[in-house]
Amino acid sequence: MELLARAIAEGRDPDPDALIAAIPYCRYLGVRAAVKDGAVSLIMPFAAHLVGNPMLPALHGGVIGSLLETAAIVQVVWETRAPKMPKPVDITVDYLRTGKPVETYARARIARQGRRVVNVHAELWQEDETKPIAALRGHFLIQS
Amino acid sequence: MSDNWFDKLRDLGKQMGQTAYIAGLKGEVLEMVAPGRARMRLPYGPDLVGDPDTGIVHGGVITGILDHTCGMCVTAALRTPMPIATLDLRIDYMKPAVPGQDIFAEAECVKVGHDVAFVRGLAHQGSREEPIALCTGAFMLIRGGYQMPPAAE
Repeated sequence: MELLARAIAEGRDPDPDALIAAIPYCRYLGVRAAVKDGAVSLIMPFAAHLVGNPMLPALHGGVIGSLLETAAIVQVVWETRAPKMPKPVDITVDYLRTGKPVETYARARIARQGRRVVNVHAELWQEDETKPIAALRGHFLIQS
Repeated sequence: MSDNWFDKLRDLGKQMGQTAYIAGLKGEVLEMVAPGRARMRLPYGPDLVGDPDTGIVHGGVITGILDHTCGMCVTAALRTPMPIATLDLRIDYMKPAVPGQDIFAEAECVKVGHDVAFVRGLAHQGSREEPIALCTGAFMLIRGGYQMPPAAE
Protein backbone atom coordinates (compact mmCIF):
# COMPACT_ATOMS: atom_id res chain seq x y z
CA MET A 1 0.00 0.00 0.00
CA GLU A 2 1.32 3.35 -1.00
CA LEU A 3 0.64 5.03 2.33
CA LEU A 4 2.57 2.28 4.12
CA ALA A 5 5.50 2.51 1.72
CA ARG A 6 5.55 6.30 2.04
CA ALA A 7 5.47 6.22 5.86
CA ILE A 8 8.31 3.69 5.89
CA ALA A 9 10.35 5.69 3.35
CA GLU A 10 9.92 8.78 5.50
CA GLY A 11 10.96 6.85 8.59
CA ARG A 12 7.75 7.37 10.56
CA ASP A 13 5.12 5.04 11.97
CA PRO A 14 2.23 4.44 9.61
CA ASP A 15 -0.93 6.19 10.83
CA PRO A 16 -3.30 3.34 11.74
CA ASP A 17 -6.40 5.47 11.20
CA ALA A 18 -5.25 6.36 7.66
CA LEU A 19 -4.53 2.68 7.06
CA ILE A 20 -8.03 1.68 8.24
CA ALA A 21 -9.58 4.45 6.13
CA ALA A 22 -7.80 3.04 3.05
CA ILE A 23 -9.43 -0.39 3.51
CA PRO A 24 -12.90 -0.33 1.89
CA TYR A 25 -14.36 -3.15 4.04
CA CYS A 26 -13.23 -1.39 7.25
CA ARG A 27 -14.85 1.84 6.05
CA TYR A 28 -17.99 -0.18 5.34
CA LEU A 29 -17.99 -1.53 8.93
CA GLY A 30 -17.31 1.98 10.27
CA VAL A 31 -14.03 1.11 12.03
CA ARG A 32 -11.66 3.83 13.27
CA ALA A 33 -8.21 3.49 14.85
CA ALA A 34 -5.96 5.25 17.34
CA VAL A 35 -2.60 4.50 18.98
CA LYS A 36 -2.78 4.06 22.74
CA ASP A 37 0.07 2.90 25.02
CA GLY A 38 2.19 1.69 22.11
CA ALA A 39 -0.57 -0.43 20.61
CA VAL A 40 -3.26 0.21 18.06
CA SER A 41 -6.82 0.21 19.34
CA LEU A 42 -9.85 0.09 17.10
CA ILE A 43 -13.30 1.52 17.68
CA MET A 44 -16.43 0.38 15.86
CA PRO A 45 -19.57 2.38 16.61
CA PHE A 46 -22.82 0.41 16.47
CA ALA A 47 -24.75 0.54 13.20
CA ALA A 48 -27.86 -1.28 11.97
CA HIS A 49 -26.02 -3.04 9.12
CA LEU A 50 -23.81 -4.91 11.63
CA VAL A 51 -26.70 -6.85 13.17
CA GLY A 52 -26.80 -10.63 12.85
CA ASN A 53 -29.63 -11.40 15.21
CA PRO A 54 -32.49 -8.91 15.18
CA MET A 55 -34.22 -10.61 18.16
CA LEU A 56 -31.66 -9.59 20.77
CA PRO A 57 -30.33 -7.54 18.83
CA ALA A 58 -26.72 -8.72 18.53
CA LEU A 59 -23.72 -8.09 16.29
CA HIS A 60 -23.19 -10.70 13.56
CA GLY A 61 -20.47 -13.26 14.30
CA GLY A 62 -18.90 -12.27 10.99
CA VAL A 63 -18.65 -8.64 12.11
CA ILE A 64 -16.97 -9.75 15.33
CA GLY A 65 -14.53 -11.96 13.38
CA SER A 66 -13.87 -9.14 10.92
CA LEU A 67 -13.04 -6.62 13.63
CA LEU A 68 -10.72 -9.10 15.37
CA GLU A 69 -8.90 -9.90 12.14
CA THR A 70 -8.60 -6.21 11.30
CA ALA A 71 -7.10 -5.49 14.74
CA ALA A 72 -4.57 -8.28 14.17
CA ILE A 73 -3.61 -7.06 10.68
CA VAL A 74 -3.29 -3.41 11.67
CA GLN A 75 -1.16 -4.28 14.71
CA VAL A 76 1.15 -6.39 12.52
CA VAL A 77 1.51 -3.63 9.91
CA TRP A 78 2.06 -1.00 12.56
CA GLU A 79 4.60 -3.03 14.53
CA THR A 80 6.54 -4.75 11.73
CA ARG A 81 6.17 -1.86 9.25
CA ALA A 82 5.27 -4.40 6.60
CA PRO A 83 4.98 -2.67 3.22
CA LYS A 84 2.16 -4.96 2.11
CA MET A 85 -0.95 -6.25 3.84
CA PRO A 86 -0.23 -9.37 5.92
CA LYS A 87 -1.91 -12.47 4.50
CA PRO A 88 -4.08 -14.51 6.88
CA VAL A 89 -3.06 -18.17 7.14
CA ASP A 90 -5.48 -19.37 9.79
CA ILE A 91 -7.57 -17.88 12.58
CA THR A 92 -9.56 -19.23 15.50
CA VAL A 93 -12.31 -17.06 16.91
CA ASP A 94 -13.81 -17.73 20.34
CA TYR A 95 -17.15 -16.07 20.88
CA LEU A 96 -17.31 -15.29 24.60
CA ARG A 97 -20.32 -13.03 25.03
CA THR A 98 -23.13 -11.61 22.92
CA GLY A 99 -22.08 -8.52 20.95
CA LYS A 100 -24.48 -5.86 22.19
CA PRO A 101 -25.69 -3.00 19.96
CA VAL A 102 -23.14 -0.57 21.42
CA GLU A 103 -19.64 0.69 20.59
CA THR A 104 -17.05 -2.11 20.31
CA TYR A 105 -13.30 -1.86 20.93
CA ALA A 106 -10.47 -4.07 19.68
CA ARG A 107 -6.79 -4.53 20.37
CA ALA A 108 -4.18 -7.07 19.34
CA ARG A 109 -0.67 -8.09 20.29
CA ILE A 110 1.97 -10.10 18.51
CA ALA A 111 2.59 -13.23 20.56
CA ARG A 112 5.50 -14.41 18.43
CA GLN A 113 7.15 -12.91 15.40
CA GLY A 114 9.10 -15.12 13.03
CA ARG A 115 10.74 -14.09 9.80
CA ARG A 116 7.81 -15.00 7.58
CA VAL A 117 4.90 -15.60 9.94
CA VAL A 118 3.50 -13.87 13.02
CA ASN A 119 1.23 -15.30 15.68
CA VAL A 120 -1.26 -12.68 16.85
CA HIS A 121 -3.81 -12.59 19.67
CA ALA A 122 -6.70 -10.13 19.47
CA GLU A 123 -9.55 -9.26 21.78
CA LEU A 124 -12.85 -7.34 21.59
CA TRP A 125 -14.74 -5.71 24.40
CA GLN A 126 -17.65 -3.32 24.83
CA GLU A 127 -18.72 -1.67 28.07
CA ASP A 128 -16.17 -3.40 30.29
CA GLU A 129 -12.54 -3.87 29.23
CA THR A 130 -12.18 -6.79 31.67
CA LYS A 131 -15.07 -8.68 30.02
CA PRO A 132 -14.02 -9.51 26.46
CA ILE A 133 -16.83 -10.48 24.07
CA ALA A 134 -14.55 -12.37 21.65
CA ALA A 135 -10.94 -13.42 21.17
CA LEU A 136 -8.83 -14.43 18.18
CA ARG A 137 -5.61 -16.36 17.71
CA GLY A 138 -4.18 -16.40 14.24
CA HIS A 139 -1.18 -16.67 11.95
CA PHE A 140 -0.40 -14.10 9.28
CA LEU A 141 2.26 -14.17 6.59
CA ILE A 142 4.36 -11.06 6.23
CA GLN A 143 4.69 -10.25 2.54
CA SER A 144 7.79 -8.38 1.51
CA MET B 1 -40.83 -35.13 9.64
CA SER B 2 -43.67 -33.44 7.76
CA ASP B 3 -43.68 -31.22 4.67
CA ASN B 4 -44.39 -28.57 7.23
CA TRP B 5 -40.80 -28.65 8.40
CA PHE B 6 -39.53 -28.17 4.84
CA ASP B 7 -41.81 -25.13 4.46
CA LYS B 8 -40.59 -23.86 7.81
CA LEU B 9 -36.95 -24.33 6.74
CA ARG B 10 -37.59 -22.47 3.50
CA ASP B 11 -39.05 -19.57 5.47
CA LEU B 12 -36.15 -19.65 7.93
CA GLY B 13 -33.72 -19.65 5.00
CA LYS B 14 -35.44 -16.58 3.58
CA GLN B 15 -35.26 -14.91 7.00
CA MET B 16 -31.57 -15.73 7.37
CA GLY B 17 -30.92 -14.16 3.96
CA GLN B 18 -32.48 -10.96 5.26
CA THR B 19 -30.17 -10.66 8.28
CA ALA B 20 -28.97 -7.03 8.18
CA TYR B 21 -25.25 -7.83 7.92
CA ILE B 22 -25.69 -10.46 5.18
CA ALA B 23 -28.25 -8.39 3.25
CA GLY B 24 -25.87 -5.41 3.47
CA LEU B 25 -23.10 -7.46 1.85
CA LYS B 26 -25.62 -8.57 -0.85
CA GLY B 27 -25.25 -12.20 0.19
CA GLU B 28 -27.83 -14.64 -1.11
CA VAL B 29 -29.00 -17.82 0.61
CA LEU B 30 -29.02 -20.59 -2.01
CA GLU B 31 -30.01 -23.54 0.08
CA MET B 32 -30.88 -24.51 3.61
CA VAL B 33 -32.08 -28.08 3.76
CA ALA B 34 -32.52 -30.92 6.23
CA PRO B 35 -30.67 -32.77 7.52
CA GLY B 36 -28.15 -30.00 8.09
CA ARG B 37 -26.81 -28.49 4.89
CA ALA B 38 -26.62 -24.88 3.73
CA ARG B 39 -25.13 -22.88 0.88
CA MET B 40 -24.86 -19.21 0.10
CA ARG B 41 -23.43 -16.98 -2.59
CA LEU B 42 -21.70 -13.64 -2.19
CA PRO B 43 -21.18 -11.50 -5.28
CA TYR B 44 -17.96 -9.46 -5.40
CA GLY B 45 -18.40 -5.83 -4.46
CA PRO B 46 -16.19 -2.79 -3.76
CA ASP B 47 -17.22 -2.67 -0.06
CA LEU B 48 -15.72 -6.14 0.54
CA VAL B 49 -12.14 -5.22 -0.35
CA GLY B 50 -9.52 -5.72 2.36
CA ASP B 51 -6.41 -4.93 0.30
CA PRO B 52 -6.82 -1.86 -1.92
CA ASP B 53 -3.64 -2.75 -3.87
CA THR B 54 -5.01 -6.06 -5.12
CA GLY B 55 -8.78 -5.79 -4.68
CA ILE B 56 -8.76 -9.03 -2.67
CA VAL B 57 -11.69 -9.30 -0.24
CA HIS B 58 -11.04 -8.92 3.49
CA GLY B 59 -10.62 -12.20 5.37
CA GLY B 60 -13.43 -11.05 7.66
CA VAL B 61 -15.86 -11.27 4.74
CA ILE B 62 -15.02 -14.96 4.33
CA THR B 63 -15.40 -15.42 8.11
CA GLY B 64 -18.75 -13.63 7.90
CA ILE B 65 -20.31 -15.81 5.22
CA LEU B 66 -18.84 -19.01 6.68
CA ASP B 67 -20.21 -18.15 10.13
CA HIS B 68 -23.60 -17.44 8.58
CA THR B 69 -23.67 -20.59 6.44
CA CYS B 70 -22.53 -22.73 9.38
CA GLY B 71 -25.31 -21.22 11.51
CA MET B 72 -27.84 -22.00 8.77
CA CYS B 73 -26.74 -25.64 8.50
CA VAL B 74 -27.16 -26.07 12.27
CA THR B 75 -30.67 -24.64 12.05
CA ALA B 76 -31.38 -27.02 9.17
CA ALA B 77 -30.20 -29.95 11.30
CA LEU B 78 -32.54 -29.21 14.21
CA ARG B 79 -35.91 -30.85 14.55
CA THR B 80 -37.33 -27.90 16.43
CA PRO B 81 -36.18 -24.39 15.59
CA MET B 82 -34.31 -22.71 18.44
CA PRO B 83 -31.82 -19.88 18.81
CA ILE B 84 -28.15 -20.78 18.32
CA ALA B 85 -24.91 -18.94 19.01
CA THR B 86 -21.44 -19.43 17.53
CA LEU B 87 -19.10 -20.83 20.18
CA ASP B 88 -15.99 -20.91 18.04
CA LEU B 89 -14.88 -20.95 14.46
CA ARG B 90 -11.54 -21.92 12.96
CA ILE B 91 -10.77 -20.81 9.44
CA ASP B 92 -7.88 -21.94 7.25
CA TYR B 93 -7.27 -19.61 4.35
CA MET B 94 -6.11 -21.86 1.49
CA LYS B 95 -5.66 -19.13 -1.10
CA PRO B 96 -6.86 -15.57 -1.69
CA ALA B 97 -10.26 -15.12 -3.35
CA VAL B 98 -9.97 -13.97 -6.97
CA PRO B 99 -11.29 -10.37 -7.16
CA GLY B 100 -14.41 -9.92 -9.26
CA GLN B 101 -15.67 -13.47 -8.82
CA ASP B 102 -18.56 -14.76 -6.70
CA ILE B 103 -17.70 -16.53 -3.46
CA PHE B 104 -19.73 -19.55 -2.41
CA ALA B 105 -19.92 -20.84 1.17
CA GLU B 106 -21.15 -24.32 2.00
CA ALA B 107 -21.55 -25.98 5.37
CA GLU B 108 -22.63 -29.26 6.83
CA CYS B 109 -23.67 -30.02 10.39
CA VAL B 110 -21.78 -33.14 11.40
CA LYS B 111 -23.26 -33.66 14.86
CA VAL B 112 -26.08 -32.25 16.92
CA GLY B 113 -25.64 -32.91 20.62
CA HIS B 114 -27.89 -31.80 23.46
CA ASP B 115 -26.08 -28.52 24.00
CA VAL B 116 -23.60 -28.18 21.14
CA ALA B 117 -23.62 -28.75 17.36
CA PHE B 118 -20.46 -29.26 15.29
CA VAL B 119 -20.00 -28.02 11.73
CA ARG B 120 -17.63 -28.19 8.78
CA GLY B 121 -17.64 -25.67 5.99
CA LEU B 122 -15.75 -24.38 3.00
CA ALA B 123 -15.64 -21.38 0.72
CA HIS B 124 -14.85 -21.62 -2.99
CA GLN B 125 -15.26 -19.74 -6.24
CA GLY B 126 -16.86 -22.36 -8.44
CA SER B 127 -14.91 -25.52 -7.68
CA ARG B 128 -15.26 -27.33 -4.38
CA GLU B 129 -11.96 -29.09 -5.14
CA GLU B 130 -10.15 -25.76 -4.97
CA PRO B 131 -11.42 -24.16 -1.76
CA ILE B 132 -10.32 -20.66 -0.80
CA ALA B 133 -11.02 -21.45 2.86
CA LEU B 134 -11.96 -24.35 5.10
CA CYS B 135 -13.66 -24.00 8.44
CA THR B 136 -14.74 -25.98 11.43
CA GLY B 137 -16.85 -24.72 14.27
CA ALA B 138 -19.11 -25.34 17.23
CA PHE B 139 -22.46 -23.74 18.00
CA MET B 140 -24.37 -23.56 21.29
CA LEU B 141 -27.99 -24.66 21.10
CA ILE B 142 -30.15 -22.37 23.21
CA ARG B 143 -32.93 -24.79 24.14
CA GLY B 144 -35.95 -23.06 25.60
CA GLY B 145 -35.04 -19.80 23.87
CA TYR B 146 -33.42 -16.67 25.19
CA GLN B 147 -33.70 -15.82 28.86
CA MET B 148 -34.46 -12.15 28.59
CA PRO B 149 -33.38 -10.07 31.57
CA PRO B 150 -36.33 -8.86 33.64
CA ALA B 151 -37.47 -5.35 32.76
CA ALA B 152 -36.02 -2.67 35.04
CA GLU B 153 -38.48 -1.56 37.69
